[in-house]
Amino acid sequence: MSQLAVTVIGPDRPGIIADVTEALAGTGVNLEDSTMTLLRGHFAMMIVCSGPFEEVKEAVEPLRGELVITVRKVGPEHEHAPIGPSYILSVHGADRPGIVAAVTRMIATAGGTITDLTTRLSGELYVLTAEVELPLTAELEMLTRALEITAEELGVGVTLRPAESDEL
Amino acid sequence: MTVITGWSPADLGDGAVLEVLQAPHPVLATEGATVDPLDPATIQLAADLVATMRVSPGCVGLAAPQVGVAAQMFSLDVTGHPKTRTCHGLFVLCNAVVVEASRQEKGREGCMSVPDFTGDVKRATRLTVTGVLPGTTDEVTITTDAFEARALQHEIDHCNGKLFLDRVAGAHAVYPRKVYK
Repeated sequence: MSQLAVTVIGPDRPGIIADVTEALAGTGVNLEDSTMTLLRGHFAMMIVCSGPFEEVKEAVEPLRGELVITVRKVGPEHEHAPIGPSYILSVHGADRPGIVAAVTRMIATAGGTITDLTTRLSGELYVLTAEVELPLTAELEMLTRALEITAEELGVGVTLRPAESDEL
Repeated sequence: MTVITGWSPADLGDGAVLEVLQAPHPVLATEGATVDPLDPATIQLAADLVATMRVSPGCVGLAAPQVGVAAQMFSLDVTGHPKTRTCHGLFVLCNAVVVEASRQEKGREGCMSVPDFTGDVKRATRLTVTGVLPGTTDEVTITTDAFEARALQHEIDHCNGKLFLDRVAGAHAVYPRKVYK
């Protein structure tokens, strides 16, 4: 048994997840974390699971064709230790090259890390939403100001707000 | 504070600190039975809920299913929370029912019974709830807002075998719990 990363990309149709997970279940795989979405209509899924590498590769073989499927061994599970409080970063505006690169560079420079990111393009409107962790030592005011300046140069709007949760 | 008149948590007597169960324990997914607010066992459980809530850091509410009893009862105290507006202090409510709910707002919730995740959940921010205080027979009506409204809905859900996971606002609205040093 190894920890495996399985990726599935292809034209969307009903039943892809059922087909793929059924093939995996047949080899005794235990699905752990996974995420799936449609990216401009393309089916895109990533699964981390534990199971027998060779059997898994064989089991998904019949599904290859329209679907591009990769199976890889990944190293031991990497525990993500949060570095500080969470924020939600939203950017939206007219589409142009370099928005994601410029904005995420600001976060990285401040020592922050992105734990979730989605971008969508609809017509001319580009929308980025990210979950960001910032170290307690981060200069929040300076980062916000730097993001605003970058956003202004790019002609987009940016907001960074706390994503604290309430214990109930 | 909006005081609930004629009732004090001190009347419940001493409570024991109970173990808080975690999902996927089946009792957390079981609809709680209605309780008799005058039954000494109900009053004891009410005291236990308060005692357990008191020793749990950051805990503002605790429902009977979380301590292993599939019953319609919970304790609540949102005193001092920064998001609290209307506040009824510490109380325990039996057989609570939402009678009016409006102005939904999304917020991120965590739960002692789901320690590894948080999730975005839409809840009414204006709320009216009826129920009976343990040791009494009269129905009380609690009208509240903001954080107390959210907490009440979260606890009433527990009493009906529902977790915040049953109400998350989308496929990407459950997050790993962030605990940082």
